[in-house]
Amino acid sequence: MPKRTDIQSVLVIGSGPIVIGQAAEFDYSGTQACRILRAEGLRVVLVNSNPATIMTDPEIADATYVEPITPEFVEKIIAKERPDALLPTLGGQTALNTAISLHEAGTLDKYGVELIGANVEAINKGEDRDLFKEVVEAVRRKIGHGESARSVICHSMDDVLAGVDTLGGYPVVVRPSFTMGGAGSGFAHDEEELRRIAGQGLTLSPTTEVLLEESILGWKEYELELMRDKHDNVVVVCSIENFDPMGVHTGDSITVAPAMTLTDREYQTLRDIGIAVIREVGVDTGGCNIQFAVNPEDGRVIVIEMNPRVSRSSALASKATGFPIAKIAAKLAVGYTLDEIPNDITQETPASFEPTLDYVVVKAPRFAFEKFPSADATLTTTMKSVGEAMAIGRNFTEAFQKALRSLEKKGSQFTFVGEPGDKDELLRDSVRPTDGRINTVMQAIRAGATPEEIFDYTKIDPWFVDQLFLIKEIADELAETPELTADLLGEAKRHGFSDTQIGEIRGLREDVVREVRHALGIRPVYKTVDTCAAEFAAKTPYFYSSYDEETEVAPREKPAVIILGSGPNRIGQGIEFDYSCVHASFALSDAGYETVMVNCNPETVSTDYDTSDRLYFEPLTLEDVLEIVHAEQQAGPVAGVVVQLGGQTPLGLSQALKDNGVPIVGTSPEAIHAAEDRGAFGRVLAEAGLPAPKHGTATTFTEAKSIADEIGYPVLVRPSYVLGGRGMEIVYDETRLEAYIAESTEISPSRPVLVDRFLDDAIEIDVDALYDGEELYLGGVMEHIEEAGIHSGDSACALPPITLGGFDIKRLRASTEGIAKGVGVRGLINIQFALAGDILYVLEANPRASRTVPFTSKATAVPLAKAAARISLGATIAELRAEGLLPANGDGGELPLDAPISVKEAVMPWSRFRDIHGRGVDTVLGPEMRSTGEVMGIDSVFGTAYAKSQAGAYGPLPTKGRAFISVANRDKRSMIFPARELVAHGFELLATSGTAEVLKRNGINATVVRKQSEGTGPNGEKTIVQLIHDGEVDLIVNTPYGTGGRLDGYDIRTAAVARSVPCLTTVQALAAAVQGIDALNRGDVSVRSLQEHAEHLTAARD
Amino acid sequence: MTTSTRGAARTPAVLVLEDGRIFRGRAYGAVGETFGEAVFSTGMTGYQETLTDPSYHRQVVVMTAPHVGNTGVNDEDMESRKIWVSGYVVRDPARVPSNWRSRRTLDQELDAQGVVGISGIDTRALTRHLRERGAMRVGIFSGDAVRDDAALLARVQEAPQMKGANLSAEVATTEPYVVPAIGEKKFTVAAVDLGIKGMTPHRMAERGIEVHVLPATATVEDVYAVNPDGVFFSNGPGDPATADHPVSVMQGVLERGTPLFGICFGNQILGRALGFGTFKLKYGHRGINQPVQDRTTGKVEVTAHNHGFAVDAPLDQVSETPFGRAEVSHVCLNDNVVEGLQLLDRPAFSVQYHPEAAAGPHDAAYLFDRFVSLMEGQRA
Repeated sequence: MPKRTDIQSVLVIGSGPIVIGQAAEFDYSGTQACRILRAEGLRVVLVNSNPATIMTDPEIADATYVEPITPEFVEKIIAKERPDALLPTLGGQTALNTAISLHEAGTLDKYGVELIGANVEAINKGEDRDLFKEVVEAVRRKIGHGESARSVICHSMDDVLAGVDTLGGYPVVVRPSFTMGGAGSGFAHDEEELRRIAGQGLTLSPTTEVLLEESILGWKEYELELMRDKHDNVVVVCSIENFDPMGVHTGDSITVAPAMTLTDREYQTLRDIGIAVIREVGVDTGGCNIQFAVNPEDGRVIVIEMNPRVSRSSALASKATGFPIAKIAAKLAVGYTLDEIPNDITQETPASFEPTLDYVVVKAPRFAFEKFPSADATLTTTMKSVGEAMAIGRNFTEAFQKALRSLEKKGSQFTFVGEPGDKDELLRDSVRPTDGRINTVMQAIRAGATPEEIFDYTKIDPWFVDQLFLIKEIADELAETPELTADLLGEAKRHGFSDTQIGEIRGLREDVVREVRHALGIRPVYKTVDTCAAEFAAKTPYFYSSYDEETEVAPREKPAVIILGSGPNRIGQGIEFDYSCVHASFALSDAGYETVMVNCNPETVSTDYDTSDRLYFEPLTLEDVLEIVHAEQQAGPVAGVVVQLGGQTPLGLSQALKDNGVPIVGTSPEAIHAAEDRGAFGRVLAEAGLPAPKHGTATTFTEAKSIADEIGYPVLVRPSYVLGGRGMEIVYDETRLEAYIAESTEISPSRPVLVDRFLDDAIEIDVDALYDGEELYLGGVMEHIEEAGIHSGDSACALPPITLGGFDIKRLRASTEGIAKGVGVRGLINIQFALAGDILYVLEANPRASRTVPFTSKATAVPLAKAAARISLGATIAELRAEGLLPANGDGGELPLDAPISVKEAVMPWSRFRDIHGRGVDTVLGPEMRSTGEVMGIDSVFGTAYAKSQAGAYGPLPTKGRAFISVANRDKRSMIFPARELVAHGFELLATSGTAEVLKRNGINATVVRKQSEGTGPNGEKTIVQLIHDGEVDLIVNTPYGTGGRLDGYDIRTAAVARSVPCLTTVQALAAAVQGIDALNRGDVSVRSLQEHAEHLTAARD
Repeated sequence: MTTSTRGAARTPAVLVLEDGRIFRGRAYGAVGETFGEAVFSTGMTGYQETLTDPSYHRQVVVMTAPHVGNTGVNDEDMESRKIWVSGYVVRDPARVPSNWRSRRTLDQELDAQGVVGISGIDTRALTRHLRERGAMRVGIFSGDAVRDDAALLARVQEAPQMKGANLSAEVATTEPYVVPAIGEKKFTVAAVDLGIKGMTPHRMAERGIEVHVLPATATVEDVYAVNPDGVFFSNGPGDPATADHPVSVMQGVLERGTPLFGICFGNQILGRALGFGTFKLKYGHRGINQPVQDRTTGKVEVTAHNHGFAVDAPLDQVSETPFGRAEVSHVCLNDNVVEGLQLLDRPAFSVQYHPEAAAGPHDAAYLFDRFVSLMEGQRA
């Protein structure tokens, strides 16, 4: 049954900003889907507020709306575009929820839009806990397998005590009914705990009701990815086994594909249940994933949940198997059946089969707890990781060790030197799942723990435990052998040991190990991910390394360019860099090169085997990259390696690659050093005659104090050699400076602390530019909304700059050119400036693609990363202008007056984290970056663009209601005008006494509310925190004073996060918000596609 | 065939293909030497079922999945009384099994049954070699059996070919036995054992069928002596071109119009009984992920396969046969190989793959229901 002919246009909803739990995987899925739908001749309308995505590139869809994903905005788009159908299953929970809202509001009916890919009933059955329990029961009646966790509802302590017996004993989970955010729930291991937790739960529950559930903590956890077509053909694409047993969110678990410890009978039972569930739920066309818990003692199977849509796991499964789930889901949605769709990789066999793997895939999560020191780092059923790395090997140990080194984090690889520590203590520590528990387990093994002990403490499956012992035994052999023989070295490599690890064990340098290894002829071969375990020939060069016999890399004629990606997503290095790498691949392919991508992040578009001519799914370490370069040099000519687009990861490898004779294209490693090294960069600035804030370096408090005394407080302090502003702080006085130096563990004579003058009240400006050695192309100038001192990644910004004039731009252009030339850039450079007291200070320069490249590219309709890639390989700006990749005239510094205004807003992960007492973490912005993603608002005026950015990031700005204002003393002056505006828009102002007094003296009435510290008033007057919790506040303005520790207003800000009330923590944001509210109140906010914006801009440029 | 010693983990072993390609690894299971036809199986689960499937008699099975033995060996998942593969090739055998049903390690089991294996070789390279050049003879040598390469190659080239091999009698039961119906008995089926897997009579028994399993040498008279409602021809090893006896028995059944069902070898025998030819596939279908389309419904099922030969019948037309019109009912979507036959005028059908699964998905279990329907139809 071929494609449906009654659908001509489809609206695809993306997933919005990157947040924890919803990341780049939806860009990968969405991009695939959009491309496929267009290839089918459909008009694709896309909405996604996230500019850092490939899917929002204007060439991916016919009409691309970078607008907030809210029912209101999507309705506007539907009204304008009138699509025939809406595909909601590729944009995560965001898209699914929006589609359901549109359905419930009758919008879809009103405009005659058909929901395809999933129906509302199926979505509800999959998502609603109670309905899903019924589904599982129905499945059990039909096939005799599968059940939900047993539970009993209790209304008294007698019920509770009796309930434990019904469930088969301790431990049990207690869940009070109808409490907020699961408050009061917990595990009871004995009667005493049960009485305490359940007693509290019964009190907390408004209906005096608790749900008692059997505990499945420590059970084995599995996932199946399934697809179904309209003919009811169902295939299981992939099975995934969690290394960490039940109790850790699957996104935070180390996971393995295929399942390693199931017999065929048990696997087929899961498969039967999975198929019965997808049928019972009624997912007609598309993918879903189903999670299972299996009791290791008797194989009892509990069905935990299902997602009736493409998910993070399905992206992982697609990369793990070579079966592109999202792409096929899109085809099924428009009417095809699985047997009509060819398998991309073999091209000759159909997609109606189940991939079989002759390798092992391991995914490891990447966390960012160091950014949230007060957050509880225990892993639970709430996802906390910010990214992941995947690795492929011919066995588990190889894949596992590759995954750990792909995380690119200090201490992520196993270490086998030094004292492991006390066995019992290590075992006790390994009970609690945390980031790096696996390393604790390995140390416990080194300290003499037995496999049985490891299992008893962690419940990690004995087969996996044995694999850890296997790794440890090889490490022992490496340590004990008199010399490294070919046999032993080969064996170590086959089990994933890196040259670095072997060097550490043997007391040798990494490069010495590599020399020995090469001398012994031990090098990896590259195998193909082919969906079929070599049963059929693969047409797609999707490779992974292994220390095996036969390589599958084919010779080629065209010169290759190797592009190094950015590795696992982390705060400060996310999807934006993948965007640039993908663009480079497209541009260089168009320019006639064979493109070779190297990356280890399964969520991304760059690791789609469709993106580049060849894909190496490999860790981004020096060793792994050198071997790939070697393999490709054997295959044909290599023009060079691109290091400037994948963020700090490849940049950090550039010098070592060059030292090993690898050609680096674009900005040279020496130039990179000139920008990164403080001394060298200082000389560049001096030569160009550009000022930087006064600064010095110190290794002790005394030194730091004398620098601070000289340049004056506040000062910006930070450890050297860190990324994303890690550990950076603004210090206002000597006491705090002393404490900072004392607390900082990373300071040593070789790693001094940097002390800079902090420019108070400065305007921060970001510039992205291209330089070819002769000519500068100013890509864009972004003016930050928040003042300098807030990390540029966490700050909102506007492009074109809203308060800078022609003179400022001229200065910025001259400074940028001076730095680009002085450093020796060939490609992209990003520079941060601060304008203070009419002096333009240079804060820092990064000779690489920045986080803002996708935003700048979209705001100015110019593909900067593509141009950078071409410049790296020798094209000039003049040539690129001539061929049309860059505009013929002008650049991003000279946008026409009626160019649209784009606002970027950062999205913060506050709601994900709790401290060990279960309280929220503070939400104040600072010099350390903590945002996970960003949105873009674009419109013809700033106010509307800002309002859109807020709606996209946090939900719409309120246009009326009650605004609470409480600001630090230094902000009180600048608060007056915006406050007056709020009143003019009809807001009722609430304020604490101090702020209310200032407002009153300026003729603005504000209702005084009680501070949290004042407690409830004598007549029951609520404190501000209570008011927020009760939903009586619509907008919060709270600017804190001071840094570190618990700040004033903490309770207010955490309450705001808990209740999702917009909370502005700077006066600049307040001023911008007021403009936004003004725009919203003035009436109709319209939507416009990027294609329309670009057309407008191009017309204005000519 | 073997000389056995345990703890062979570091004993070198050599795998020699008849075209001279050699892989060096370590001994797995029994130490000694063995010969057979090298074939690869792509299933990621179900090694215990695979090893005990009589259809693998005289074959050396290469597992494409690298980790084998992870769930050990239990007492329930055997498909017959013993391991039938003549040799076993794996990359990374488990050192410690993990499963609540596991009773012993696979290594121990292979050794106890004298099955010579090899581990630690590039199984993907070997699989690609077999894919490109076709299934071929192979030898595995370990311990004292290891000699210089030329001598080993000569021994491999002396080993018998699979083409032309008549093997059913070597694997089938010698005495008839009965698998009772589970629950109420509704039908009696005579099942001719050409190398039957244990799950097949079990699937019938689940449907109220009392299964009389008969030796491969059973005659038409033996078949009708059990007074069957239906007759079944099982899977089994060897070249169907040599299976003249079962073909003539089947023709006898077709003449009488008794409901008939065949699986795998049984499908090839039906093909021959109807006058179609059979041929050897280049490297066969062995795995549990093969897409087969049921041409009567258009639906695709994911199925378990283990066949090196196939029926040569026209895909897109109804054929006239001595037993009336016949058509290809199922086809493999990977390569358009005939996967099922049915008669349009008599109650007989067969499939080339394994609806009993074990190992494999249960998608095709409906075929047993079809067999039951045929028997019901005959009664009505």
